Amino acid sequence: MAKKDRMSGNEAVAYAIRQINPDVMPAFPITPSTEIPQMVSTYIANGDIETEFIPVESEHSAMSAAIGSEAAGARTLTATSSCGLALMWEELLIAASNRMPLALALVNRTLSGPININCDHSDGMGARDTGWIQIYAENNQEAYDNFIQAYPIAEDPRVHLPIMICQDGFITSHAVENITLEEDADVKEFVGEYHPEEFLLNPGKPVAVGPYSLSCYAMEARYNQAQAMENAKEVIVEVAQKFKKQFGRGFEFFEEYKTEDADYIMVIMGSAAGTAKQAVDDLRAQGKKVGVIKLRVFRPFPAEELAAALKNCKAVAIMDRTESYNTHGGPLAAELTAGLYRAKVWIETVCYTYGLAGRDFMVETVYDIFNELEDVVENGKKVEQHKYVGLRK
Amino acid sequence: MSSSGLEIRWHGRGGQGAKTAALLLADVAFKTGAYVQGFPEYGPERMGAPITAFNRISQNEIRVHSNIYNPDLVVVVDETLLVAVDVTAGLSKDGAIIVNTPKSAEEIKPLLKGYEGKVFTVDGRKISVDALGKNFPNSPMLAAAVAVSKVMPKEQFITEMQASYAHKFAKKPEVIEGNMKALNMTFDALEPALKAAGLA
Repeated sequence: MAKKDRMSGNEAVAYAIRQINPDVMPAFPITPSTEIPQMVSTYIANGDIETEFIPVESEHSAMSAAIGSEAAGARTLTATSSCGLALMWEELLIAASNRMPLALALVNRTLSGPININCDHSDGMGARDTGWIQIYAENNQEAYDNFIQAYPIAEDPRVHLPIMICQDGFITSHAVENITLEEDADVKEFVGEYHPEEFLLNPGKPVAVGPYSLSCYAMEARYNQAQAMENAKEVIVEVAQKFKKQFGRGFEFFEEYKTEDADYIMVIMGSAAGTAKQAVDDLRAQGKKVGVIKLRVFRPFPAEELAAALKNCKAVAIMDRTESYNTHGGPLAAELTAGLYRAKVWIETVCYTYGLAGRDFMVETVYDIFNELEDVVENGKKVEQHKYVGLRK
Repeated sequence: MSSSGLEIRWHGRGGQGAKTAALLLADVAFKTGAYVQGFPEYGPERMGAPITAFNRISQNEIRVHSNIYNPDLVVVVDETLLVAVDVTAGLSKDGAIIVNTPKSAEEIKPLLKGYEGKVFTVDGRKISVDALGKNFPNSPMLAAAVAVSKVMPKEQFITEMQASYAHKFAKKPEVIEGNMKALNMTFDALEPALKAAGLA
């Protein structure tokens, strides 16, 4: 039977890792990494799991070792945060192009400078085009649930791509909150055994991993990779449906909160979605027709599904917790507005940048944003299409 | 109490255990069946720097993930913060503040920028030194937070803390008894003030 407990987001992910008992975990064991490798190594030291822990000298090495281990046929994961992910950059692309279904527990923290350790999505968003699947969490529960779904998605033969399970640094990673934990046996059964179709330590079926490819074939490899990401869409939905059927929780690409009749919708990711939902309840009590879409899956990007979910509203606030310096909105804003255009959904959009480097995001800010959207639609107020909220006056 | 239930803000200095106290409070409040949040605000990670930690405790699911700006209760683990930090900022006048100091509430009030709510003082250093032989004020301040907020009955709190400490201090069980003593001494020390405030 599932049990009610309380723990931090880091503990929740470490707990899921213990239940999954993966084969190998290479990780850089100190800052900028998180408590996750430390907690997993405690499980290993206590004999709770048989995972081989490889302490490495850098995140570049952590991802290199993870690729090697996964190539050998072992179910592999690593964990990092912030500049640790940045140092993995080169290897992230290699993991994806070699079609290694390894998992990475990412605790989203900002990249310097100014030197800062707090939450935003600049690390994960910086890696959005590396070919990894990316799933974001609102709270410790979702970080746990998403991690349990990681391998069934990544290892599916239709996909074979690495997967990043993300949660907000400190805000959920270090906050103790209530959680429902599933039985070890149920989690093990859900995740299943890993039987790679092809792997290096298989003399019966030799394969090359990471070979040189001239321009005569390299482009086809990229095309196949893009097709795998396309396939990931159906697999993510299948796994989410199976998870919901078995454990009674979760969403497919996104959660739609009170959006059915909403005139104004906020699209947002991560822990701030909870704050936005509280604000929606407060505003609904005043008769305002507002709602929230919490985007769970950023890669692959569910553009058509989002456009369909937004097509009946009057205006949408698109919330980015990172800056992309394209001068017209963050990554979510750029991709979502493109998706709306493609789907010929002609609604007002305002792209907001919020919460950078740990700047707090409050219920009152959500009220202001919904009021502004209403002002745009009802009174024709002219606003910048891309603006910051929560800046010092 | 706000719509999010009971909201508590802790002010301490790095190394004093304010964060640990907030996490322990979340831990014991969970045992009452409540929804809980306990989280620190991370700044520079250095001993002695002012730090803030927070608790939300509610009968309803807690979804807000921002810091707390209008707390029902403020706990000040280090008296010197009264001049360095605006500890009563946003504090409800129907709420309360608890300060770790040998001084009386009357002596502390002038330092609280006209705060009109209830003021309690606890000599956390003395209690800790008497009970534990060392100055770890977070156990007394945790007990004080429970005594003033009434988040759970004393007896249940004491029972749950025994279990919590047994888990937390599994590798140094010699400190459990002292910490338990500190909790009980704090309840006793606060009793007259709580009675006077109609909270006993």
